[in-house]
Amino acid sequence: MYATSYHRASSVGEAVNLRSSQEEGRYISGGMTLIATMKQRLAAPSNLIDLRHIGELKGISVEGRAVRIGAATPHADVAGSAALRAVCPAICNLAGMIGDPHVRHMGTIGGSVANNDPAADYPSAVLALNATVITDRREIAADDFFVGMFETALEEAEMITAIRFEAPERAGYAKFANPASRYALTGVFVAKFTSGVRVAVTGAGANGVFRVPEMEAALAASWSPESVAGVSVDPGMLMSDMHATSEYRANLVRVMAKRAVQAS
Amino acid sequence: MGMEGIGARVARKEDKRFLTGKGRYTDDMIVPGMKFAYFVRSPHAHARITGIDVSAAKAMPGVIDVLDGKQLQADGIGNLICGWMIHSKDGSPMKMGAWRPLAVDTVRYVGDAVAIVVADTAAEARDAAEAVVVDYDELPAVTTSLAALGEGAPQIHPEAPGNLIFDWQIGDGAATDAAIASAAHVTEIEIHNNRLSPNPMEPRATLGIYDSAEDHFTCYTTSQNPHVARLVMSAFYNVAPENKLRVIAPDVGGGFGSKIYIYPEEIVCLWASKKTGVPVKWTSDRTEAFLTDAHGRDHVSKVKMAFDKDHRIIGLKVDTIANLGAYMSLFSSAVPTYLYATLLSGQYAIPAIHANVRTVYTNTVPVDAYRGAGRPEATYLLERTMETAARELGISPAELRRKNFIRSFPYQTPVIMNYDAGDYEASLSAAMQAADWDGFPARRAQSEARGKKRGIGMSCYIEACGIAPSQAVGSLGAGVGLWESAEVRVNAVGTIEVLTGSHSHGQGHETTFAQLVADRLGVPIASVNIVHGDTDKVQMGMGTYGSRSGAVGMSAIVKALDKVEMKAKKIAAHLMEADESDIVIENGELKVAGTDKSLPWFQVALAAYTAHNLPAGMEPGLKEGAFYDPSNFTFPAGCYIAEVEVDPETGKTEILQFVAADDFGNIINPLIVEGQVHGGLAQGIGQALLEEVRYDEATGQILTASYMDYAMPRADDLPSFTLSHQNTPCPGNPLGIKGCGEAGAIGSPPALINAITDAIGINDLTMPATPLKVWSALQGSSMRMAAE
Ligand SMILES: Cc1cc2nc3c(=O)[nH]c(=O)nc-3n(C[C@H](O)[C@H](O)[C@H](O)COP(=O)(O)OP(=O)(O)OC[C@H]3O[C@@H](n4cnc5c(N)ncnc54)[C@H](O)[C@@H]3O)c2cc1C
Repeated sequence: MYATSYHRASSVGEAVNLRSSQEEGRYISGGMTLIATMKQRLAAPSNLIDLRHIGELKGISVEGRAVRIGAATPHADVAGSAALRAVCPAICNLAGMIGDPHVRHMGTIGGSVANNDPAADYPSAVLALNATVITDRREIAADDFFVGMFETALEEAEMITAIRFEAPERAGYAKFANPASRYALTGVFVAKFTSGVRVAVTGAGANGVFRVPEMEAALAASWSPESVAGVSVDPGMLMSDMHATSEYRANLVRVMAKRAVQAS
Repeated sequence: MGMEGIGARVARKEDKRFLTGKGRYTDDMIVPGMKFAYFVRSPHAHARITGIDVSAAKAMPGVIDVLDGKQLQADGIGNLICGWMIHSKDGSPMKMGAWRPLAVDTVRYVGDAVAIVVADTAAEARDAAEAVVVDYDELPAVTTSLAALGEGAPQIHPEAPGNLIFDWQIGDGAATDAAIASAAHVTEIEIHNNRLSPNPMEPRATLGIYDSAEDHFTCYTTSQNPHVARLVMSAFYNVAPENKLRVIAPDVGGGFGSKIYIYPEEIVCLWASKKTGVPVKWTSDRTEAFLTDAHGRDHVSKVKMAFDKDHRIIGLKVDTIANLGAYMSLFSSAVPTYLYATLLSGQYAIPAIHANVRTVYTNTVPVDAYRGAGRPEATYLLERTMETAARELGISPAELRRKNFIRSFPYQTPVIMNYDAGDYEASLSAAMQAADWDGFPARRAQSEARGKKRGIGMSCYIEACGIAPSQAVGSLGAGVGLWESAEVRVNAVGTIEVLTGSHSHGQGHETTFAQLVADRLGVPIASVNIVHGDTDKVQMGMGTYGSRSGAVGMSAIVKALDKVEMKAKKIAAHLMEADESDIVIENGELKVAGTDKSLPWFQVALAAYTAHNLPAGMEPGLKEGAFYDPSNFTFPAGCYIAEVEVDPETGKTEILQFVAADDFGNIINPLIVEGQVHGGLAQGIGQALLEEVRYDEATGQILTASYMDYAMPRADDLPSFTLSHQNTPCPGNPLGIKGCGEAGAIGSPPALINAITDAIGINDLTMPATPLKVWSALQGSSMRMAAE
């Protein structure tokens, strides 16, 4: 790791100011991605602005079916929230599948969503739940937020403060873990709202997390595993690497979609 | 001493230290004035070095010096060596290319060391290393053995034309060919044994200390055999004469073979310490471990197994190509020859065997012994072939094995080994019973009803441990003898120190060796200390690998204990005015049999050291040493059964049960033996299902250099294991023990692949059987993801 200066912010405003005034500044939340990257010398921010001590970024609120998760809320809190589980158990289950207990107690939803790793779990939930990404300056719809692999609509120094969504009628998440990293080799999040169905796939897309309109239509017509069993995605739009060919990923999208519906 | 003696389930003495974080490892060593090293490594798989500019790096903050291979060579530091001479079948010696501790003109794998930076802090050393400018002319690279032998392949060492190191054979080719020609059935199969990275929990580290006042070197290092390290560094690398070099291997966090060898870093840090005048410490990070720790396995073989009409094996022909990587590591030549082909008879009476082995240079990390070393390769090959044959012949796998088991001992195989004892039927029956083999069809039907594919597979392994009779290995090309030494010191107040040339890095010697002493002398294990790992403390030793510490290391202790006992009995007899032959040792006392006369150990010891009243002519003191050279290898054997369920939708395999029935001979501590088996099974399951080092064939870049891409087994990848022990005591050593450290890793991979191929009904499957591969096989496209 290269030398870096650490700043502890106590409010969103202070953090954004620090971040804007420092060259090569970076927010650090759980550090589970950023610190590892710095240790490998693949990232070298000269200034780190720590978000974990900002009270307003933490915690989960559930009012009726309106859910708000603060950006600095660790995965373990999401996995363990009884209030959240009562309205949307799928996102709790998803959080409980991320990494290991150490990672879940450090890593945060804001960091995961901002990072937009193509194999991360949360982006599929955010997209399928039609969530709103709230930042220090605006609100961004999930459909507009995820731009590509490790790319989001966030501007320079823009900070995610919370993720907000309406709990769906039903939702489910199924993940096929990479045998090495345990990130998603393919993960599918399905959500059923009165207004329709949304299906989002992570781990597989050549361009990051994506929706599958054919599955959404099929599930809107009939919410059952069999509805998606016959829908195939084009391997041409999927990643291919030593862990999984695009054909294998296309198969996993179908199988995980089925299992996500089963789990809902 | 039943509670703590031989056979007792004693918890490990060393665990408190390890579990509370109080182990003292090489990286924990801090000496005054110590500085830190970072190695500049080749980013290319194959390139010519056209220039090294260290001026910018030398000007960086905290930098003490930057040293390169030319300076090392100018100071007369020698090349790394391979310590086992193999001759090709045409009589020519193996063709060893030069391995310079720091590359001088050519780099041959990604990670090859080029220069060392010494600085005040590790971070400064690393910063400066990035400022070292090395100019490379890239050369084409080759990573697989088959490609390296191919027409027009890049030439890696001038000494080895066509990248062929040796072309060796064992057994009777003509007799084997004749058997195949006359066979009722011949099973042919191609076998790939995947390349593995050893991944000990503690990465390698070394601390080189030069003392100019004494012109003396001290080397702290993560070694399984500090005395061998000293011997080799003195004799071949010209670091320092033996009396001027102390090697200390303190607590070592796992080795699995990878810490047997002397690596460039130890030599370079010692040399750099003299050059710079400061102690120099280097600690590998995990990425460097993937890039530079010797890998294991990487064989490609063609097999023909011939049967008569009664399903008896009449011949076995094997053609193997072994990838040794960019340089010949210390024992690399022995692994695919004498540790591999000599085990190709397995548990079976095979009248004719012939194996041809070619070893090959490639632009990859050097390959050497890794838990099992050659024996897993032999077992996987044989047991996959047996299973395939059973399927082709339409008989049960157990029946085919039973038909061919060796049943009388000693048994001379056609490939050197002379098996001394065994009962293969006992382990097979025990395993089949524990696994409820006969109930499998009903269980398979249940899985089928749930849309799952269930399979069962077995493996009957044998291995050669207790390495090794010195004269025998010497005649086969070994550069060292493989005896072991021990010294037993009974202190003046009766506590005991045992100095051993074995080295514990996870095996639990501090406990098991103490149990032996407790058993013999009737003292509690708390009063016994095991001393190892320091060339200044321990007389000499060959270290720990090849499951040798029990069979060879403890046998040396037995010999020393015999001498101590003899002397103590003489003293006790003298003091109690009894006849020496009437003295017995019981409950920590020396007693006159049939009387109430007794002396506790401490009084006998005290008498030995005060020397006020010893038998006439007896030397004072109670301390005896011994060297033990085994007369044969030992032959642990057993039967493993795996039962799996494959999810046809994803290709994922779940292990439903894993049964291990092992014959390790007599057992010192069942708890530790079970732990060794569990660990070995985890590594074997890792090889079968998860692990593989992969290279980009075009660039020679390693693709699996972190746990993001290299799949290490985790606890939840493993089932609970069902273990049992059968016992045919080893007749060759005083304790009747065989060794248990490697069996799990040796016997398990074929059991799993036999089970998975049984489940999916497709025999053509390479390790690791990842979900991708199994699913692809089920789609009808048998993929060869392995070392091609
Ligand atoms: C061993 C291990 C296993 C893992 N397994 C999984 C897994 O199975 N599935 C999975 O999805 N993830 C996994 N992860 C990643 C983990 O979930 C990370 O915590 C997550 O990706 C990043 O969250 P963080 O809070 O640690 O972010 P950090 O590492 O602190 O930051 C990541 C990036 O986001 C930026 N950032 C952080 N917070 C904000 C914010 N509020 N606004 C804007 N930018 C911000 C940072 O500047 C940085 O660029 C694993 C990580 C590890 C170490």
